Amino acid sequence: MPAKVLIIDDEKDFLDIMAERLAARGMEVSTATSAEDAHKLILTESYDAVIMDLMMPEMDGFKALKLFKKTRPDIQIILLTANVPEEKCIEAIKLGAMDVIEKPADLNFLTQKIEEAKTLRRKQR
Amino acid sequence: MGVKPDIIAEAGLQFFGRISASISHELKNVLAIINENAGLLEDLTLMADRGQPIDPARLKVMAATVQKQIRRGDGILKNMNRFAHSIDETVADVDLNQTFELFMALTERSRTMRGVEVDLQLPASPITIATAPFFLMNLLWLCLDFSLSAGGEDKRIDLVVEATENSVHIRFRRLSGLTEELFAAFLSEREKNLLAVLEASLAAKPESQEVAVRLSKNIKKGAKS
Repeated sequence: MPAKVLIIDDEKDFLDIMAERLAARGMEVSTATSAEDAHKLILTESYDAVIMDLMMPEMDGFKALKLFKKTRPDIQIILLTANVPEEKCIEAIKLGAMDVIEKPADLNFLTQKIEEAKTLRRKQR
Repeated sequence: MGVKPDIIAEAGLQFFGRISASISHELKNVLAIINENAGLLEDLTLMADRGQPIDPARLKVMAATVQKQIRRGDGILKNMNRFAHSIDETVADVDLNQTFELFMALTERSRTMRGVEVDLQLPASPITIATAPFFLMNLLWLCLDFSLSAGGEDKRIDLVVEATENSVHIRFRRLSGLTEELFAAFLSEREKNLLAVLEASLAAKPESQEVAVRLSKNIKKGAKS
C-alpha cells in the first residue's frame, strides 16, 4: 500500500513540484494551499502523513496542528518550514508533531520520515 | 517631549529584527523551490538513464520556475539593501512614494499572514520630505501592525497618503474595530518617542474608523539622534 500524503503550503510553486516528486516515488499525494482547505480533506480522507509549513496565512501551523490532531489523533504531522527557532520546534513536538524539517529539505530524508509516519500510523490503527 | 534614545534604539532593533526575519523566511522559500527544481532535474536524468526520454516542455517549465524565483529573490534582496541603507543618514531627503512602496514590499508577508489586504493610495505627484526614513518606516510598521488588529471583518485597510503645504497626512482607514481604549493601549512610550523624533503626531478617530499620522515635511537635520 503506498503512503497517502497531504502537503500543505501557501507557496504554490513549491507545493506542485513537491507533489510531483513524491508521486514519482510511488506515494498518493493530495495538496492544499491553506489549513482550512486541508482540514476539509482531513475530515473526509485518511492520510498517513501531513507535511505542512508552520507559517501560513490566516490559520498558522500551530493552530492547524492542534486542529488536525484533534480531528484525527493518529495523524502524523511533519512540519516542513523555513527558519524555525528551536523553542518553536519543541513547542510543535509537544503539540504532537512527528518532526520538524527545515526548508530547503533533502527529499530522501523527507521520504524516510513519511515511511516512518506510515508505519507508526498503521500500527496505531 | 525629550527623546529617549534607549527606547528609540530598542524599537529600531526590534523592527529591524522583524523585517530581517521575514526576509530570511522569504529567501528560504525561494531556495526551497529552486532546490526542488534541481531535485526534479536529477529525478528526470535518472529516469532518462533508465530509458525514459526527457520531455523538453517539462524542462522549459522548470527553467521558467527557477528564473521566476531568481527574480523574486533578487527583488527581496534589493529591498533588503534599500532597507539596510535607510539608516545611513538619520535625517535625509526622501521620496515619500518610494518609501511607501518599499514599506509595502517589506511588509507584504506580514499582511498576507494576517489575511488583510492594504490598498495604498499615494499622491499623483511625488513628494520629497526631509525626515528620518528608518524611524518613519518603524512608526508606519507599528501603525500598520495596530491597524491590522483593528480592522474589520472585510479584511481590507486603506492606507492613504496626502500632502499639504507643511505636512503630510498618513491615514489608516476602514478600521471598524477601532476604539479609544484600543488606541490608548497601543500608544506607548515607544510610539511617543518615534513621533517626537519625526516631529509627528498620531490621532485616532473611531467615529471615522481612522488612525492618522501628521508628519512634518522638514525635520531639522542634525537636530535628532
